[in-house]
Amino acid sequence: MPGLFIDVQVNADVKGDAEIARKLEESCSVDIFKATDAGVEVVEANLDECVLCDLCLAAAPEGSVRVVKLYEQD
Amino acid sequence: MRFYEYESKALFEKRGLPLGPRHLVTSADEARAKAAEIGGSVVLKSQVLSGGRMKAGAVKFADTPDEAAAHFEAILPIEVRGEKPHSILVESKSPIAQEYYVAVTWDGRNKKPVVIFSDMGGIDIEEVAETHPEHVSKTNFSSLLPITPRLAKEAIGAATVSGSDLNKLTPIVFELMKIFLEYDLTLAEINPLARLEDGSFAVLDGHIDMEAEARGSHKALLKELGIGDDETRQARPPTPFEIEGAKVNAVDHRGVAGNVVEFDGDLGLVIGAGGGSLTLFDAVRKHGGKPANYCEIGGNPSQSKAKNLTKLILSKPGVDKIAVMMNVVSNTRVDIVARGVIAGCIEAGRDPSEAIAIFRIPGAWEEEGFKILEKYGVDYCDRSVSMYDAAGRAVAKMQAGS
Ligand code: SF4
Repeated sequence: MPGLFIDVQVNADVKGDAEIARKLEESCSVDIFKATDAGVEVVEANLDECVLCDLCLAAAPEGSVRVVKLYEQD
Repeated sequence: MRFYEYESKALFEKRGLPLGPRHLVTSADEARAKAAEIGGSVVLKSQVLSGGRMKAGAVKFADTPDEAAAHFEAILPIEVRGEKPHSILVESKSPIAQEYYVAVTWDGRNKKPVVIFSDMGGIDIEEVAETHPEHVSKTNFSSLLPITPRLAKEAIGAATVSGSDLNKLTPIVFELMKIFLEYDLTLAEINPLARLEDGSFAVLDGHIDMEAEARGSHKALLKELGIGDDETRQARPPTPFEIEGAKVNAVDHRGVAGNVVEFDGDLGLVIGAGGGSLTLFDAVRKHGGKPANYCEIGGNPSQSKAKNLTKLILSKPGVDKIAVMMNVVSNTRVDIVARGVIAGCIEAGRDPSEAIAIFRIPGAWEEEGFKILEKYGVDYCDRSVSMYDAAGRAVAKMQAGS
């Protein structure tokens, strides 16, 4: 089930990168990223646990990961 | 941690307080035999941790051993506030001339122990304090400085007791003060403390609560009284609602949310922070509200923990709304709790704007929290509204049925 409050989007061009996937998994304290053989997977069940720390943004190339606050959208 | 009456009396006796003959029994035959041994009229009292034994019919007087056996059979199946008796105490029925009340407890407001004394014992002391305040004295004393019998005398004298009664009561009350301090008690109560027809005094009923954290310091006493390390001594077993709440809390190590105590009101409470739970609970009651539960949240619970607690409270029959209120928080994220309670409402099939009577959690990340609350139309307030007033707003909504 997607998050009610938070969405996390990863650009297609980095999604399959094993190294970025590992870094994202490591950076997130609430397990929103899972590194798999196919790259990174966003764990929907944990999206609303996001603490908005932005560590994932720093772990991936600029602009390739976005944390969206759904409650700020109309 | 609460003691049974027979354990409280064992401690009082160990400390030289006056008590009549008594025996703990677990069968009708034993009740008959011990009543015969004591001789004369006896009283049989169910050993439960909750109050209200008399009203429940779990205290009976018997004039003969056979009557004592019959009363044993009658009392044994009686549950007092859902609690089955541990055993039954048979003791001699004392010819009472006058009943007194004495308790030593902790006075949170003055941050000192207090002796409460009344010459109107045997009945509910809160009722006496309301209807006959001149018959109740409250005397604070220091838990650090040495105490003397003079303090006990002052407490008794302040309730207009004088003469021989004052002199005879003083050592009893003084010993109770010492027991309170020595064993880290939160309550040491004798009610009634009776003057018998022959002029002597006797402890007829007693009640002790020990600070749970002090158990380790008093292992020898607890062993002597037969209180096992694993005995939690809750006044009643947890309800299924409380067990579910504990599960919500245990499943996730992040923060606290889920330790609930069930009440029979209609306003669910998601409350906490630095003593905030007690303050808020009292505030709801003061405004005439009827809490469905007590709980403590804090320490930055995860969104899922706040969500599952909300779902649990809203699942309780008769709960129409919840009030989400905390003291000012620095280590709990307002936005995460807001997400949790809103998601809990939605998953419970409820509209958050209807189900949440008030959201008052000021503190860390409150601006983000307020954005979420606004998005879902939830009524919220910041720290400029006191906890008391926020509770009043929630109760007013319940009363208006809106
Ligand atoms: S902002 Fe922090 S919590 Fe949220 S997804 Fe990124 S790393 Fe995880």
